[in-house]
Amino acid sequence: MEKWDVRSQDADSASADHWDWFEGSPGKLLGGAVCGVIFGFLLQKGGVAKFDVLVGVLLLEDFVVVKVMLSAIVVGMVGVYLLRRLGAIELQIKETKYGANIIGGLIFGVGFALLAYCPGTNAAAVGQGNYDALVGLLGLLAGSYVFALAYPFTSRTLSRWGNAGKITLPELFHVPTGAVVAVAVPLLVVVLVVLGVYAR
Amino acid sequence: MKTMLLSAGFGLLLPTAAMAQTVEELPSPYPYSEPAWSPYLVGALIGVLVLVTLSLAGKRVGASSGYADAAGLIGRVIAPRHVTSLSYYRENKPMIGWSLVFVVGVIVGGFLAAWSGGELTGRFLQDMWVARFGADSYALRVVVALAGGGLMAFGARLAGGCTSGHGISGTLQLAVGSWVAVICFFVGGISTALLMYRG
Repeated sequence: MEKWDVRSQDADSASADHWDWFEGSPGKLLGGAVCGVIFGFLLQKGGVAKFDVLVGVLLLEDFVVVKVMLSAIVVGMVGVYLLRRLGAIELQIKETKYGANIIGGLIFGVGFALLAYCPGTNAAAVGQGNYDALVGLLGLLAGSYVFALAYPFTSRTLSRWGNAGKITLPELFHVPTGAVVAVAVPLLVVVLVVLGVYAR
Repeated sequence: MKTMLLSAGFGLLLPTAAMAQTVEELPSPYPYSEPAWSPYLVGALIGVLVLVTLSLAGKRVGASSGYADAAGLIGRVIAPRHVTSLSYYRENKPMIGWSLVFVVGVIVGGFLAAWSGGELTGRFLQDMWVARFGADSYALRVVVALAGGGLMAFGARLAGGCTSGHGISGTLQLAVGSWVAVICFFVGGISTALLMYRG
């Protein structure tokens, strides 16, 4: 996977003429757009497209974001467990790369606090009329391109530190998935109840 | 491109320097606004949405890769040879696909929700920012938002996802890297926000 000289790649991929503009059928794209509309609608109705609410969670003063995230995780975790047992879905997870997950995660966090919107909520905030999120959008586009420029470096260094493959918590702790779900779900529900009673 | 990298680097220093002169005490406790719908209901529905996309489309709900595709597509229009010279975009060909239309959909959904609930803001500086940095801090907000967006996209690509892809879709599938990443999102975010707003 070494990419020392970008110009030595096969001629086929050297020209953008050979790249399609659309990926997936019109039906699939329509499905993606509909799912996006629903996601954006829910984010805004849940109040998490708001600047104050997003900064508030990082100041540990407002927990609406935590309530939304943990509720989604609880429902999704139970659902994924059951649907997998039925054979209805396969896991769609990324490789665990401790170095990249940690360093990238910390950089992401700093950017999140500066912008106050994360990538998903930034899009919802644009729709909501927060004009500063349009500047955030430009920053997100620029940062993505800068990453593409830096990729030959990061893929040879940071992204190679601590690669563990596509592992899950049950595999990490050598316990059945059902056991992890049976412990995590009640735990997260308790956190949600405590937040509901004591936090706003 | 060098200026872009530089601005991302200085973006961290410049606002900090400017903040030192303009900051005001934030009211404590701060009057946070209430969400229109119950956050538990919204969260549960997002959980269902993730299940639907996983089972019907075999896709995670994620936002950050849509921006990477959009940046690559803009590059393909402006400087196609440069885009094709980048190994990242050769491995992740920028096309109008699921990720991009999803993010465009989120903008539309955010608009529909705000419009239907009478919550369209139409403002550049938000309340909490004004309370801390003043009503005329437009230039500072532009620099901070650009730097923030830039760092966030870079970090998301390095970490392999954002608050949606790792924070929700990955964690609920019990992916180890997603739990590590989301903890780091909040460690980085909480430290920076405390310095910015309560420092």
